[in-house]
Amino acid sequence: MSERTVELDVLRYNPETDKEPHFQRYSVACREEWVVLDALNHVKENLDPTLSYRWSCHMAVCGSCGMMINGEPKLACKAFLRDYPGLIRAEPLRHFPIERDLVTVMDDFMAKLARVKPYLIPKQEKPPGGGEYRQTPAELKRFKQYSMCINCMLCYAACPEYGLIPSYLGPAAIALGHRWNQDSRDGGRDQRQEELAAKEGAWDCSFVGACSEVCPEHVDPAGAIQQVKIRSTVDWYQQHLMPWLKK
Amino acid sequence: MVEEMSRKPYVREITSEWIFRHPRYVRYMVREFSCLFIGGWTLLMVWGLKQLAEGPAAWAAFLECLKSPASIAFHVLALGFAAYHSITWFKLTPKALPLQLGEEFVPDGAISGAHFGAWAALSLAVLYFAGAF
Repeated sequence: MSERTVELDVLRYNPETDKEPHFQRYSVACREEWVVLDALNHVKENLDPTLSYRWSCHMAVCGSCGMMINGEPKLACKAFLRDYPGLIRAEPLRHFPIERDLVTVMDDFMAKLARVKPYLIPKQEKPPGGGEYRQTPAELKRFKQYSMCINCMLCYAACPEYGLIPSYLGPAAIALGHRWNQDSRDGGRDQRQEELAAKEGAWDCSFVGACSEVCPEHVDPAGAIQQVKIRSTVDWYQQHLMPWLKK
Repeated sequence: MVEEMSRKPYVREITSEWIFRHPRYVRYMVREFSCLFIGGWTLLMVWGLKQLAEGPAAWAAFLECLKSPASIAFHVLALGFAAYHSITWFKLTPKALPLQLGEEFVPDGAISGAHFGAWAALSLAVLYFAGAF
């Protein structure tokens, strides 16, 4: 197995001692098949136990290890060292406050996610024991890609609108609200519209499209946001020009 | 009782250098910037209509004005930006208008292709009615 010494620049910030973040360089003897997360784990175990970062599954499922790698939002567990021939620069996800080192403050995203009610609001509530809510393969396919979201927040780090307008609901929250609106079993669209169709919802998006480009699970939040805009526009016309159509 | 942890999150300011951080942001800004040329051309057309309403002499002066090198340069730029704007938007149409037939979604190329086809047909119709053929 081939080895390579990787120069790893990590943005460090200790809230107890530092006024602002600074880069710290580590020379790490890495195996060629390692990912950036392996290199960070090696640093923590062998060189510097004070380094802080989030991770859990090491298999692109948990969404914990999102960070900027050479300026791009990536999952550290999916960023192979062989794809980075030179210096590797790891920074916390952009657009989020830094809690410590590579750990960001996620409170804003968690609050926004809750606002879109990302769960089933059944059209007709069944009593326990009333049977399952059935669905055809075509109905499943209508929303399935959005359900692959792992809440890693890479899309927020890629979205300049979120950086410039912190009140913007953002790609993942809108995509997950849309996911449930597209679900044949769900009847909660009217409840979600207040958030999704607001200015700070889909309408703050100017369709940069970066969210979909960086998504590690190939979800298309940019598409979801444009579909929300179209549905909201149709809603507006129905309400103002054809009120008799509204139930 | 749980002791409250002291926190001092560091907030990084966003500066305009984000535009040059990745080619995708530059492409996006060029698409946004194209509206200035399209808007400018629209104002020129409004001015042309005003000249037309004022009589043959004013209209002839307007047409003469369009032949100036500066006007030709502006029109070439405006056409380039309008084409870039239209092409980039039409390429994004499959995201906004996905079409599911049965279980499968219609391929992206078919949706954007239909838009490009309609664009070409309408442009040819405009040129035909303008007497270009």
